[in-house]
Amino acid sequence: METITLGGQLFQYLITGITVGSIYAMVAVGFNIIYNVTEIINFAQGEFVMLGGLMMVFCHAGMGLPLIMAFPLTVILVTLVGMLMDRLAIRPIRQPTVLSLIIATIAVSILLKGAAMFIWGKDPFDLPAFSGRNPIMFFGAVIQPQYFWVIGFLILIVIALTFFFDRTILGKAMSACADNPDAASLVGINVKRMIMLAFALSAAIGAVAGIVVTPISLMEYDRGAMLAVKGFGAAVLGGLGSFPGAVMGGLILGAIESLGAGLISSGYKDAFALIVLLVVLFFKPSGIFGDIEISRIKRF
Amino acid sequence: MLKIGKLPIVILAVFIIIFPWIARLIPAIANYTDIMVFAGIYCLITIGLSLLMGYAGQISVGHAAFYGIGAYVSAILTARFGLNPWGCMFVGILVSAGIALLVGAPSLKLRGHYLAMATLAFGIIIYIVFNQETQWTGGPDGMAGIPGLSIFGFDLDSVEKYFYLVWGFVLAAFIFSVNVVQSGAGRALRAIHSSESAASAMGVNVSKFKVMVFVYSAVLASLAGSLYAHYMNFVNPATFDLFFSIKLLIMLALGGMYTLWGAVIGAGIFTFLSYEWLHYFKEFEVFVYGAILLVVVIFLPQGLAGVPGMIKGWLGRPKSNE
Repeated sequence: METITLGGQLFQYLITGITVGSIYAMVAVGFNIIYNVTEIINFAQGEFVMLGGLMMVFCHAGMGLPLIMAFPLTVILVTLVGMLMDRLAIRPIRQPTVLSLIIATIAVSILLKGAAMFIWGKDPFDLPAFSGRNPIMFFGAVIQPQYFWVIGFLILIVIALTFFFDRTILGKAMSACADNPDAASLVGINVKRMIMLAFALSAAIGAVAGIVVTPISLMEYDRGAMLAVKGFGAAVLGGLGSFPGAVMGGLILGAIESLGAGLISSGYKDAFALIVLLVVLFFKPSGIFGDIEISRIKRF
Repeated sequence: MLKIGKLPIVILAVFIIIFPWIARLIPAIANYTDIMVFAGIYCLITIGLSLLMGYAGQISVGHAAFYGIGAYVSAILTARFGLNPWGCMFVGILVSAGIALLVGAPSLKLRGHYLAMATLAFGIIIYIVFNQETQWTGGPDGMAGIPGLSIFGFDLDSVEKYFYLVWGFVLAAFIFSVNVVQSGAGRALRAIHSSESAASAMGVNVSKFKVMVFVYSAVLASLAGSLYAHYMNFVNPATFDLFFSIKLLIMLALGGMYTLWGAVIGAGIFTFLSYEWLHYFKEFEVFVYGAILLVVVIFLPQGLAGVPGMIKGWLGRPKSNE
């Protein structure tokens, strides 16, 4: 068994990277939904992931519900948190400036972190993998069955969102708010409700990300900030606001992080994604798939 | 709000001089001089950030990095190489200014959320470096054996002497910053805050001023870090994590970042909250901070420094037409 080839090893890093990258992609998609409707970057996006994981632990291990029932319940609970966030922290701000919105979302982020520490304590929690932990050997790489769940849910989310924004009235109304909120309200769209819906949707996606990743990497109260920064990195890499960009950005970022940690230095694992973020911000802030013209007309 | 006369500065100076005497007389607040040393250290950072964020309107969520760079340069050069602490403090300032220039020039082209995230990422990267470069920084365990400070052979070996040193720096930074704000540079910064395109149309070199104020705030943070290292005689990375950058944000939001007074008041109140008044909450203070930050951003957008203006607004609404 000691014949671990370099090729196999690289493949292993790539598979792990794509799995982690799928989580970043989900966070990035969450950023984009809120950004597209409100032009707010929600610094608490990572806390939704953390809450998703820990709430699932509560529903499954705490309340004794089977996974299949705990899953939707968790998503609903975290979605409520997202809606409350909009109602209690974002909407009451009377003079919305970039700075006040950033401060408000950071405030929510540390509030949620503090609440999670209060409820769940500081220890990391585990969840059972959805379909067991018997690894599959594939071209010399060890693949956990849970990896397929993570990637599968990413694909599902992307398909569902594409359908939602392109084919449903509600989704089109949300896109209209993004283009021009004043014009949208003139044609009878309730902009405030659309903003709340955006927070609800991205909280729900964050929750899914947290639920599916917990069996792989455990979950604890202070994971949110790092997930948020890396998710933002993915969103920027793919061009802020673009859904295909978010997915590509997340997968690329995950792969870079995994390869960097494996081949260069595991101690600097978290730094790779951040360096990529800085390089993209410095040299091409519109991202790989982004449109520089679109980023210019945005208010913030 | 913009005009800061001589009288308030004299009052601040007198307050600084008599504070340790008062604290010594009242046993209940005897330890307040120690807390005020930290308040002064934080004040140095918030004064610089007030110019950067309040006056120039640029967002940084990464100044813990410069605070840490100052502290670690001082710590490494004095404890490992036995160099003169004042010289090391100066080296720390040069290093911070250099890094601020390097990071600031491309970052400050970014606006709003992008700038906030860029500074945030920068702060986390530096924090990771502090943790990983164990042979220099001692890693997560930190490093001890940093010597104290002395001036011309006169050891600053008591809390009170150190208090005067730190607050002397604060006073100097405050007076310097007041002069900056009231000079042409201050007007340029405020013009940038209102509208970058308008400012540059009026002939303000926008990027130069933004980078300059960023470097200035980094220099003050670095100085604060060096003072911290020599006071504690010990540094570890946890002091300079992302949460410290957020704490700086809380200080500024609480006091009011649009005035230099707000920066001083915010740092002072926050220090007493975290070192003295929130002990009851222990590690759950993070929850309290979140609540404070949210309440301030919703109800007091100008921070505590804006409260007198708000009260004046309520009382004299019919008369004043500002």
